[in-house]
Amino acid sequence: MPDATKFLSHLELGETDQTFLDSNELIINMGPQHPATHGVLRVILKLDGEKVLGTECVIGYLHRGVEKIAEHRTYTMFNPYVDRMDYVAAVSNGLGYCEAVEKLMNVEAPPRANYIRVILTELNRLASHMLWLGTHALDIGAITPLFYTFRDREEILKIFEKYCGARLTTHAFRIGGCLYETYDGFEQDVTRFLKFVAPKIDEYEELLTTNRIWVERTKKVGYITADDCKALGVTGPVLRASGVQWDLRKAQPYAAYKEFDFDIPTGTNGDTYDRYLVRMQEMRQSLRIIDQAVGKIPEGPIMAKVPKVIKPAVGEIYHSIEAPKGELGYFIVSDGSTQPYRVRVRPPSFVNLQALDQMVRGQLVADVVAVIGTLDIVLGEVDR
Amino acid sequence: MLDYINSYLSDTVHVTPGEAGNFFWALVYIIAIFAGLSVAVIAMNWLERKILAHMQIRLGPMRVGPHGLLQPVADAIKLLLKEDILPSEADPLVFWLAPLIVVWTAFTVFIVVPFGPTHAVTDMNIGVLFMLGVSSLSVLGVVTAGWASNSHYPLIGALRSSAQMVSYEIAMGLAVISAVLMSSLNAEGTGTLSMIGLVQAQEAQQTWFIFKFFPLGLIAFFVFAVAMVAETNRAPFDLPEAESELTAGFHTEYSGFRWSLFFLAEYSAMIAVSSIAVTLWLGGWLRPFPHALTGETWDLVFSLFPGITFMFLAAITFYSVARMPKHPYFRVQTIGLAGFGAVLALIGLALFAPPVRDRIQDVYWFVVKVAGFMYLYIWYRGTFPRYRFDQLMKVGWKVLLPIGLGVLILTAVSGIVF
Repeated sequence: MPDATKFLSHLELGETDQTFLDSNELIINMGPQHPATHGVLRVILKLDGEKVLGTECVIGYLHRGVEKIAEHRTYTMFNPYVDRMDYVAAVSNGLGYCEAVEKLMNVEAPPRANYIRVILTELNRLASHMLWLGTHALDIGAITPLFYTFRDREEILKIFEKYCGARLTTHAFRIGGCLYETYDGFEQDVTRFLKFVAPKIDEYEELLTTNRIWVERTKKVGYITADDCKALGVTGPVLRASGVQWDLRKAQPYAAYKEFDFDIPTGTNGDTYDRYLVRMQEMRQSLRIIDQAVGKIPEGPIMAKVPKVIKPAVGEIYHSIEAPKGELGYFIVSDGSTQPYRVRVRPPSFVNLQALDQMVRGQLVADVVAVIGTLDIVLGEVDR
Repeated sequence: MLDYINSYLSDTVHVTPGEAGNFFWALVYIIAIFAGLSVAVIAMNWLERKILAHMQIRLGPMRVGPHGLLQPVADAIKLLLKEDILPSEADPLVFWLAPLIVVWTAFTVFIVVPFGPTHAVTDMNIGVLFMLGVSSLSVLGVVTAGWASNSHYPLIGALRSSAQMVSYEIAMGLAVISAVLMSSLNAEGTGTLSMIGLVQAQEAQQTWFIFKFFPLGLIAFFVFAVAMVAETNRAPFDLPEAESELTAGFHTEYSGFRWSLFFLAEYSAMIAVSSIAVTLWLGGWLRPFPHALTGETWDLVFSLFPGITFMFLAAITFYSVARMPKHPYFRVQTIGLAGFGAVLALIGLALFAPPVRDRIQDVYWFVVKVAGFMYLYIWYRGTFPRYRFDQLMKVGWKVLLPIGLGVLILTAVSGIVF
């Protein structure tokens, strides 16, 4: 298999691994068309029987050159493109981009816009986590939670649809605030959703949290320490499950997050089960934030005073937010024209994916699938 | 030829159908079982998709025929019309042979399965041994399928399933032996390996073996029930075909008709092991409470069950007919569904007739018990995540094997003491 081994640069350079009975290592391709790689991730596995000796991720099958496109679009025109990166958390992507440009222009979104942003972003976090839970459980073999989570995620998408007309790639926010005022009954819809979804999260937990097979499949699987997380730049629930209390919503509050009371759930072991628990807790915390926000959306304008043609002064800015998957950063360089000189995205999925090799080395083939699921990657964001 | 057939049907000759070496009745039953199994697999296909769908808040097949009733037929036609792909790297002969082995073993087990005291192809005196031996042969087909495909994923799937089937066979065997031991608790003190003999032993001892030496029979049954799920490669032990890991496991390279053979074999193997569990622990063809609720009245009540079941199914169908959309687009479907309901109702009515209901009793109770197991299989699939390979081995060797061994010893001791 000369083609597959071509990529295995670092695997081949190392000393040959000791295999059981000195048999041949098996090199197999997992992906890019594989049911459990969440899109088009290709993982080359070096196996000793069922044991994983090493992995190599080959990415780029979904590369669309989003960052390059930005250089040929105005700031406003580029806004919808970011929705296509992490398409299950499009609202978070839009928020990060809009805030970065606002920061670059020294504009601040009005408080009402910030509240709407927080509510929609947290709803989107719920939707993203629900999708993660469904697919992660499906990878481990529990097919039913997928349909439950999709049923409940539908309610969130309905709110998005009512708010801005789109369900997935919402393009909900604009530079300087929000374009749309909340529709009549928005608050009632959100409150009704909160009441509806809280018992549903219990339902998911009932299916999985104490399920013996689930616990055995996830405990001590894909273990990663806090130090390794920091060294690799891993953020988000993966980092928090390793015991680091790091959440950008608390550390560098953006939008209106300063005004809400919520906890940062952390794990202790840094294994797949802890990451599962952390994300389940995060869903409840999101509900808490929405609950606080929806009652007291301030009156006022939803759009700051932004010029029709956005032309930031020469300069550069890095702004990051806590996306559902981790730290989502935008580094924007402006040359004073209407188009950004360079936009660099720091996608959480891409950085977190680096930890895959370390997490699955020495474990079994079935764990690779579990770990890919627990990293919660979206290939649209990895490849951009 | 006609004389030969007549010799079996005449009143003067009393050869019971289940008897060994009875070629005529054996042939009749082989054809009946073959047809019945095929229908059962088709029905299972539809039922599994429907039941699983309703567990998962979806509707399942709804387009082909009313409530998707014709979906299995459509699937079968699709599979038969598909191009027969033989991978260029595959070993053609073995690739061709593997599905045949699997199907052959899955069907052969039914030779010893007793649907009633006289309803079996043959009453082999080593029935249980035959069943264990033949069903373990199916692993050959799986391994050859994986090897002949000459591809990595099928190979890993085949290795997994061979390890899995071999390990769970032992626990299964131990559980079976304790049932055989229980059958030896009679005046002569000799047990039996004959499947019909095992049910007759349960009849004679006036208890199903699942309740024998409570909870020993129950534990042995539990060991068997777990092992049989692993043996048939079904969730939560479906690692050989774990779709999220190995795409489709050992039959990744198979398509069309060959793949449908694997499918057929999987479902008939499920039915086979369920019938064995029913025979060994749940009293085979015996109706519930054959000794507690005796007398003419109870006999009559229980003999009405087959008819009631079909009438109930017909009632569900007619309820669905009433709920069909009234749009003319659905007229054909509504008529079809009503026709299906009418057929069910007619069968139900026929089953109320005394000569029929008395003869169908044994088979009915057997099938109902097996159907219960089939529902369990679907329920498992909707509920459990999948075990990992090493955990599966751990459960097999470190949990089920000691339990099975312990139950066997305790059964032997209880047999001596009581």
